[in-house]
Amino acid sequence: MEAQLRKVAPDQELLKFYDQMFISREFEERCAEQYTKGHITGFLHLYSGQEAVAVGATAGLHRDDYILSAYREHAQAIVRGAEPRRVMAELFGKATGLCKGKGGSMHLFAPDLNFMGGYAIVGGQFPISVGLAFAARYRGEDRVAACFFGDGAVNQGTFHESLNWAQLWQLPVLFICENNFYGIGTEVHRSSALASIHKRTCGYDIPSEKVDGMDVIAVYRAVKYAAEKVRETGRPYFIEATTFRFRGHSMADPGKYRSAAENDMWKARDPLPNYANRLIVEGIATRAALDDIEARCRTTVDEAVTFAEESPWPEDREIWEDIYV
Amino acid sequence: MSEMTYRDALNLALKEEMRHDPSVVVLGEDVALYEGAFKVTRGLLSEFGEERVKDTPISENTIIGVSVGAAMGGLRPVAELMTVNFALLAMDQIVNHMAKIRSMFGGQTCLPMTIRMPGGGGSQLGAQHSQSLETYFMHCPGMYVLYPATPADAKGLLKSAIRNNNPVIFLEHELLYNSKGEVPDDPEFLVPIGKADVKRAGEQVTIVAYARMTILALQVADELASSGISCEVVDLRSLTPLDDETILTSVRKTGRAVVVEECWRTCGLGAEIASRIHEQCFDILKAPVKRVSGLDVPMPYSRKIEKLCIPQVETITQAVMDVMSDNY
Repeated sequence: MEAQLRKVAPDQELLKFYDQMFISREFEERCAEQYTKGHITGFLHLYSGQEAVAVGATAGLHRDDYILSAYREHAQAIVRGAEPRRVMAELFGKATGLCKGKGGSMHLFAPDLNFMGGYAIVGGQFPISVGLAFAARYRGEDRVAACFFGDGAVNQGTFHESLNWAQLWQLPVLFICENNFYGIGTEVHRSSALASIHKRTCGYDIPSEKVDGMDVIAVYRAVKYAAEKVRETGRPYFIEATTFRFRGHSMADPGKYRSAAENDMWKARDPLPNYANRLIVEGIATRAALDDIEARCRTTVDEAVTFAEESPWPEDREIWEDIYV
Repeated sequence: MSEMTYRDALNLALKEEMRHDPSVVVLGEDVALYEGAFKVTRGLLSEFGEERVKDTPISENTIIGVSVGAAMGGLRPVAELMTVNFALLAMDQIVNHMAKIRSMFGGQTCLPMTIRMPGGGGSQLGAQHSQSLETYFMHCPGMYVLYPATPADAKGLLKSAIRNNNPVIFLEHELLYNSKGEVPDDPEFLVPIGKADVKRAGEQVTIVAYARMTILALQVADELASSGISCEVVDLRSLTPLDDETILTSVRKTGRAVVVEECWRTCGLGAEIASRIHEQCFDILKAPVKRVSGLDVPMPYSRKIEKLCIPQVETITQAVMDVMSDNY
């Protein structure tokens, strides 16, 4: 694996991966802090640990490709281009939020970026992704619909219905399972008869691949290849990225169902320091250059928090707005 | 004007809207090759081809989810659920997704989609195929609910639904498919969403009804006219939004109201409408509002007892007589 980064992407792109992973982590950790201060309320599901998946996958897609996700989707929105300050304002419930404060943490949406939503009913985004892919094909648009979901979603009916449908209608859907091994507190082998999730697509004859979701380069290469396959064949493809969330399912979950040894094993595979090290070893960045990136990310997130704090609340009349056209 | 059946009026509405707008697509179980379980989609596949008229797997929740995605992606899907009973399999996509998406995403998208569903009881189809679930949909904000009684309204309302940029639940009564009526020929004939229709003017009692119940109410009004009782029949047509103005204007004129609903009585739309009338017209009411409802039971099969579970001409007539009575 060593000394290969420059074969994968230009330096600028490689550094952007680090930048995006770092701001995702920084954003989530500041969210946790703002939650404990009571500025963010409701459910808050943080992405820390899984950054390589959002960053690698987004880089492997075209800007016109749709992205849909579940309720742990702050990083996917930000990496796609959503302004961190507008995402933070959304979490604060402010009028300047991405969705005017009406969606919250679980319902980010940015159609101008083709980020088509965070959905909080497990598996709800599967058929919607299929429908977007159908519309794209119908309209002759060159788009893939990339559908992110967790390991817990694969036992919903919509998973099977949508895999079947996407293959039956030959639609450009890229299914990306972020297998972090736990659906809240239930480990994958306790909910799935076949815990090796990527093998589940054989019933629908959809090609699939398993990739190390802690390695941004591995995810990038796999998704780039898969997205091109989808474009080339017009058929769905499936990626399982194994990863780990460093925090509980949500802020309400202390995560006691996982052992210290397991946590330590995954912490040692933290995608950020490992990737930083590769960048340095391969001479793509100096430590000082990475420090600069980190400092800029921190400033951006600081500004996002300030922006959210200072933003106005929604007007009361907003209750009745945006329901019907 | 042309005389045609409710089924043919719906079929014509679909064809006209597909000709009118290439982004209209029709999808559902057996809608293409088989031309629909109730033949409402007859001739669509041959005229519009398999890219626009799509048979789907038996996956109701995904039929709606795919329609949601397609609508978000720039199409104007018309989904058929074979019957309203199967909509219960799709309630997650209908209620949690379709009805929420515009609002929870801050108005950044809209879902111009229609879900057609045949429904209603009276054909001895048993408990799982005879339900009237209109109230389930009315309870949820974020979508419209339409339910026509006549061929003309069926055509004009379906066209309005397809052209509307909001999600629309479009109910069709299975026992009305063969009913006939005059339908305007103008391809721009539209029935507005949210407007009830006074199907018969009268002076003494308002009968509020919808879909097949409107047909029964009109029959009751005819029969009672010969006994000197003058009924006004308000056909709701739109269940969401409810046309309070037309209902209340009629009740203010007559001073009495009977609400006829095919759905179950408990928490039914009759309760909602009776409540609105009582809240707004209490002072002028000559009698409490009376409901005629489907019985609160799973529908039995046998035609002898199934009949007792659905409002009939006799039960509606009795309700009108009750509110006219001095002793009520």
